[in-house]
Amino acid sequence: MSERSERTENDVLVEVRDLKVHFPIKRGVLFDRVVGQVKAVDGVDLSIARGKTYGLVGESGCGKSTLGRALLQLTPPTAGEVSFDGVELTTLPPGKLRGMRRRMQMIFQDPMSSLDPRQNVESILTEGLQTHGIGADRTDRRRIIGETLDAVGLPRWALSRYPHEFSGGQRQRIGIARALVLGPELIVADEPVSALDVSIQAQVVNLLDELQDSLGLTYLVIAHDLAVVRHISDTVGVMYLGALVEEAPSDRLYNEPLHPYTRALMSAVPVPDPDVEDRRERILLAGDLPSPANPPSGCRFHTRCPWAQPTRCADERPVLREIGGSRVACHFAEQIASGELRPHGVSAQIVRPEGEGDAPGVVSAPTEPGSYV
Amino acid sequence: MALLEVEDLAVTFARRGQRAVHAVDGVSFSVDAGEVVGLVGESGCGKSVTSLAIMGLLPKQPGLRVGGKAVFDGTDLLQLDDRSRRDIRGRDIAMIFQDPLSSLNPVIPIGLQVTEVLTRHRGMKGETAAKEAAALLDRVGIPDPKRRLKEYPHQLSGGMRQRALIAMAVACQPRLLIADEPTTALDVTIQAQILELLKELVRDSGTALLMITHDLGVVAGMCDTVNVLYGGRVVETARRRPLFRQPRHPYTVGLLGSVPRLDAGRGEKLNPIPGSVRDLLPWPDGCAFAPRCSRRIDECVGEPPELVQAYDGRSYRCVNPEPVPGTVPAPREEESA
Repeated sequence: MSERSERTENDVLVEVRDLKVHFPIKRGVLFDRVVGQVKAVDGVDLSIARGKTYGLVGESGCGKSTLGRALLQLTPPTAGEVSFDGVELTTLPPGKLRGMRRRMQMIFQDPMSSLDPRQNVESILTEGLQTHGIGADRTDRRRIIGETLDAVGLPRWALSRYPHEFSGGQRQRIGIARALVLGPELIVADEPVSALDVSIQAQVVNLLDELQDSLGLTYLVIAHDLAVVRHISDTVGVMYLGALVEEAPSDRLYNEPLHPYTRALMSAVPVPDPDVEDRRERILLAGDLPSPANPPSGCRFHTRCPWAQPTRCADERPVLREIGGSRVACHFAEQIASGELRPHGVSAQIVRPEGEGDAPGVVSAPTEPGSYV
Repeated sequence: MALLEVEDLAVTFARRGQRAVHAVDGVSFSVDAGEVVGLVGESGCGKSVTSLAIMGLLPKQPGLRVGGKAVFDGTDLLQLDDRSRRDIRGRDIAMIFQDPLSSLNPVIPIGLQVTEVLTRHRGMKGETAAKEAAALLDRVGIPDPKRRLKEYPHQLSGGMRQRALIAMAVACQPRLLIADEPTTALDVTIQAQILELLKELVRDSGTALLMITHDLGVVAGMCDTVNVLYGGRVVETARRRPLFRQPRHPYTVGLLGSVPRLDAGRGEKLNPIPGSVRDLLPWPDGCAFAPRCSRRIDECVGEPPELVQAYDGRSYRCVNPEPVPGTVPAPREEESA
């Protein structure tokens, strides 16, 4: 974006290094014993520049939401570092961390379940202000809230209403207002538009864009919809089974996807244009996402990769490396890009939803893509 | 003669002491044999209720009124008694739902659920039915089908469950398949697999497909004819290419302007439709879309807009449609893919 100030070009607001979040899998009725680990996030490095948008895409279960929550310390990370504006968050004492939360806020997918149905909008918005001691008195707080409502395009009469009285799009605006009212610098938006209808989706996407321009906000947008992410992000990171497989500037990622998974993902997104749809070449992935409790060895994508090679892919885990402005975790990215390696057929492997023969787990992924309200 | 001809279908839910809800308010469209027809619209536009009404699956409750006609191969489905409707359902018309986990019985093995259809409609028994069921699962791309037959729905992944559901739907080689948001609950890469499978089945068997979806991208890749619904009525019908190249109804224009496209540049502004689906004008009082419409004129309110028949099978319900820029030669008849 040209309007955005140039001076912030290399100013990093958030720096994540080797972040890991592992959840124990427990068995047993009386005595819990840990029988394994779900490596939801397994070694992610990323940095978000001030005033920019970092988009995180991936399919359900890839760990993108967990990464967002771990970044805000809502889920304690197992290992790794998160620094926010130079302050290391993982070692910060709880009291100090609470103070930092004012500067980093979150917007959730489903506004109906993330807003208290018994609180009216004024009370929802005042709560945060009181907690953080913002605003001198009631009138001052009212002024701040009024300004926030204007910014998100909600009328003043909304203050006395309750969440159920609003439409989905307006509810999401309340969610955004709740995050904005504290004057944060970073906003982590987890699937901000996936529960909304297309016409409403566009309103919210535009609103997020406008707010960034006027307030200089930094966003981490987490979504499964590549088209939405590409639309609002400066940099896009693609996740697969707990790790980044590719990271590139938004336009570059679209024009020159390097990782086989990015290519497959890109070719799977339907485009509302019959001419494009008929011409495009689809890379169909065989089978399902492997279980994060038991990820494949080596490159985690090798079980579904149409370019997988007998050497290296199955036993050596690729690290992110720089190729022409992108960071890619693939041993053969150059050969694939040059066309030296050709895709081959892959037979689908059966993937168990929750381990062999087990009853389905009660815990589901925090956000299911496409849950359509 | 069309395979399915829906005429003026209306579904009203009335509750005592409350205003009746016109979920579907005069929907008309047709599906030809072997054709893929799309019903597109946002939540609350009546697309799912339309399909449930056609299948006779709406819950029987006082206050439910279904009007109009749904003629399938000469018989009006809405006039049939339960028994003859059950004969048609599953054999001639089959349906696939959005959420495969809630449309499969969790305590019955997949195999039994597939053979049930074969026993009911094709009179198969025992070994023959099991063999056919395995062949069906294999047909829809489920690996190791013999073992899968003994398994329960929770043991399969979401994509596999949807495949199993498709296997059940195509078990009797129906002439019409209704798919209600078949890929909405799935990840994009799995969605691509399922759409490809549906395309293949339609191409190979000549089954007509009624595709109900909110995703314009899915429509662009699959459907021959598209019906756009708003507020319980079809507001525009056109062949796939003309519709996307030159939408005439302002709602269609708005929908297309709202979708972020993968192939558009960063920072290109979206053109959302203002307001929300709740700002609805009842059809008898004018155009339901008028409160949100950018091309609204005085004529939009008062009388419901007539259906305008344009060339090439296109029709729209609008008094002030998006103009056709310049003189446009009539688009070529689209070759079927």
